[in-house]
Amino acid sequence: MKKKFILFILLLIQLYINYKNWFIESKIWSSLEYKFATVFSIILIFVLLLLLVKKSIFIKLRENALYAKMFKEFNKGYGGKIAVIILALIFYAAFMAPFIAPYSPTEIDYSNMTYSAPSLEHWFGTDDFGRDMFSRVLYGARIALGVGFAAVLVNASLGVSLGLLAGYYGGKVDMIIMRLVEIWNSIPFILLALAIISALGTGIFNIIIAVGVTGLINFSRLTRSVVFQIKEKEYVSAAKALGASDLRILYNHILPNSISSLIVLSTLRIGISILVVAGLSFLGLGIQPPTAAWGTMLNRGQEYLIQAPWMSVFPGLAIIITVLSFNLLGDALRDALDPRQLD
Amino acid sequence: MFAYIIKRLLWLIPVVIGVSLILFGIMQLVPGNPAAIMLGTNVTPEAIAALNEKFGFNEPFHIRYFLMLKNFLTGELDSIYYGDQVINIIGRRLTATIELGLLSLIIAVLVAIPTGVIAAVKKNSLFDLMSMFIATIGISVPAFFTGIIFIYIFSVYFPILPSSGYGGRIWTLSGLRHLILPAFALSTVMIASTSRITRSSMLDTMKEDYLVTARSKGVAEKIIILKHAFRNALIPIITNIGNQLAMMFGGAILIESVFAWPGVGRLAVKAVESRDQPLVFGSILILSILFVLVNLLVDVIYVFINPRISYK
Repeated sequence: MKKKFILFILLLIQLYINYKNWFIESKIWSSLEYKFATVFSIILIFVLLLLLVKKSIFIKLRENALYAKMFKEFNKGYGGKIAVIILALIFYAAFMAPFIAPYSPTEIDYSNMTYSAPSLEHWFGTDDFGRDMFSRVLYGARIALGVGFAAVLVNASLGVSLGLLAGYYGGKVDMIIMRLVEIWNSIPFILLALAIISALGTGIFNIIIAVGVTGLINFSRLTRSVVFQIKEKEYVSAAKALGASDLRILYNHILPNSISSLIVLSTLRIGISILVVAGLSFLGLGIQPPTAAWGTMLNRGQEYLIQAPWMSVFPGLAIIITVLSFNLLGDALRDALDPRQLD
Repeated sequence: MFAYIIKRLLWLIPVVIGVSLILFGIMQLVPGNPAAIMLGTNVTPEAIAALNEKFGFNEPFHIRYFLMLKNFLTGELDSIYYGDQVINIIGRRLTATIELGLLSLIIAVLVAIPTGVIAAVKKNSLFDLMSMFIATIGISVPAFFTGIIFIYIFSVYFPILPSSGYGGRIWTLSGLRHLILPAFALSTVMIASTSRITRSSMLDTMKEDYLVTARSKGVAEKIIILKHAFRNALIPIITNIGNQLAMMFGGAILIESVFAWPGVGRLAVKAVESRDQPLVFGSILILSILFVLVNLLVDVIYVFINPRISYK
């Protein structure tokens, strides 16, 4: 009963936010960020309604033996649960930023173009252009998550393909690929990203590429070791005997077996990617102002550290909390999914 | 074992060639004619042609690569922004980076390993819980943010240490005072991760049977922990330190920028900002070679500590 009550309150809040934005401020479909927010809130309302009215759909999921075991392991520690709640909030902030942010993140307040301390009007204070820090931190979540996820996606697809090739074919192919990856890895990853940015220039797309192609070694080593374990199993030989092609074996037998380790590694890599992107933006070589990114805000904030410490503290805390949540989630998932495969 | 070390030293050659090739390859992605970029606006076509001739920009890829490498090593490669030889500019700043890196490595080891050992020995004590809580947060804090916080606390709020700049060599008082904040800020991530690993690795070895044997023989608890448990726990710890080095090298660039530390990392950032391709090439190449050398050192230490594995 208590759970239903909380769900009901959440639904009411969500409906109120949508009512206010859709009907009073008519922010529905006029720009890309509104489209995202609208679609996200419709899905959210739908899920909340389902949870309230027809919970049985979700119970079926829980009855699945595999999920049940995972849930049980996952629920053992507090870290994972806390991380899930915080990450849900951060995701919510990222998608709903245009609906819940009290001010525009980039609009300069010409009547008050100076920093001001946190107050009731501006919860996190304002920066040196009079822009609301709370709105900027909210909008920063979408950059951090978006770039983080995209970079890890690039990273994983490259690393996994290399690892699959090296592990499956073995021998000389394995040696050549792994040596090349090792050499690639002997450039510390921020430096490699710097070199790529110096060639391609700054901008979100280039950052994703730069961060995505560094640190391939983690994914390729992991995939390679899983492939080595599975390659010798009977069902792979059976599939081979039946005439399955190499590609088919890789994607139908070997990839599904390595997916749980990959999820754990990806979760941990997202945290690292967010840190690297923040670092690059802090150096002024990542995401460029006026886009509200946490690293960029810290870069600006350092200049005003003495007069306006809130300009540094809040974006910094946002980075720490996000990365910490991804790390905690990764640790909890590792315990739940595969206690032995990762070190 | 010496055969192993020599083999690792020989492996350095393809690594250095590979790294320089990668960096050179990345630099080729820069759009436009490099000579025109180097000279800036308002140049005559003759000047561009002369520079093209001088640096061999019209030659094919592999010849340009060898020219670049040769010019870099003989000191003929000039920085665009500083107008000086790349290798000299880097050489002047290398000591500052090495001082910073070495001191933070020493701090990290001296703080993290005792913390981890005590946390493992006194498992579930207040010290254990507190230190591991801090360490869990510590691995998620970006190094540059730690630096900013340190500046705020130790230079602004309690003005006891200088907030930025280089004070001289490490053995002078002024040099050390300037070095303390950046070195501590750089070491935090490594302290956090190494103390976590030390703790879990110690807990693993403390379950072993030979510790029970040693205890039943009446060996003092101090010797059991330090000699029997810790020495065996060291292997994963060293591995982790090796893995953390990449993070530390990255952190060094950020920390050098936060504290205006005149090191190679900050030089690399400046070079990227001013689109000074020769300097980007040189500084990143030198830092990567440094990184490979430190990794080699870790591997050699690993061999000394782990006599059970024979390296052939």
